[in-house]
Amino acid sequence: MSPDSNGPRVYTISSFLAGLVFGIGLIVSGMVSPTKVLGFLDLAGKWDPSLALVMAGAIAVGAPAFLLAALPDARHIDRRLVLGSVAFGVSWGLAGFCPGPAVAAVGAGQMKALLFIAAMVAGMLAFELAERARSSIDLGAQVVDDR
Amino acid sequence: MQIDWASFTPWSAVIGGVIIGVAVAMFVLVNGRIAGISGIIGGLVRPTYPDLAWRAAFVLGLLVAPVIYARIALLPAIEIDANYPTTIVAGLLVGVGTRYGAGCTSGHGVCGVSRLSPRSLVATLSFMAAGIATVFVVRHVAGF
Repeated sequence: MSPDSNGPRVYTISSFLAGLVFGIGLIVSGMVSPTKVLGFLDLAGKWDPSLALVMAGAIAVGAPAFLLAALPDARHIDRRLVLGSVAFGVSWGLAGFCPGPAVAAVGAGQMKALLFIAAMVAGMLAFELAERARSSIDLGAQVVDDR
Repeated sequence: MQIDWASFTPWSAVIGGVIIGVAVAMFVLVNGRIAGISGIIGGLVRPTYPDLAWRAAFVLGLLVAPVIYARIALLPAIEIDANYPTTIVAGLLVGVGTRYGAGCTSGHGVCGVSRLSPRSLVATLSFMAAGIATVFVVRHVAGF
């Protein structure tokens, strides 16, 4: 499926370019600013539908590419998926930051975004430690899903 | 529901979205991978040595995007209302939540929905609903 990560340098270069183009898209769309994101999540207040159009534009271009690539998909829907996503949604609603825009905001020199990313990495480390503790008890199949 | 016409930016939203779509399409067609930011950073935290290069390269691209953008055009204002404690709590919870939920707005919301993954549709509906509920409580119940 995915190319060997020890393979040609082209994968590192294309990865850099994908990150760069992704970041430019985030900036153009206005999504790097948390107030803009919160404006979308505030259905009961004055609602800014912009984020929905960002997703629609991205999906319109992304969908044919994914159809062509035909990657295998994990299909299990479990409590981890839902509870993890709910926890993410709550924190997204608290600060208006999700991982991509926060990284781009760090590049734009925002100190609060840097603090957010530092805390996020700490949260990810906590997850890794918890998973390691769990897998040392239960040597069952470990699901590594990468999105 | 009342639309905030003063803030609504339909054109830049669609154009920005299309650019994000180009990045995501490029990444899946060339690298054969899903452009999910939480997954990419989460993999940097898990030391699987050979995977570090492309992951770091993606994050670097995302970091320099505003630097390059600012050389060509005026960088749009970034407004962060959250105070420092809220920012830290939100960051921690985003880190834990996106790893347990195996994705965020990019991986599930853009890529997963693009490929009609039932898993990603469930995840996207979950974090959208939770985000909307949180903003409702913070702004209209607690009244901040």
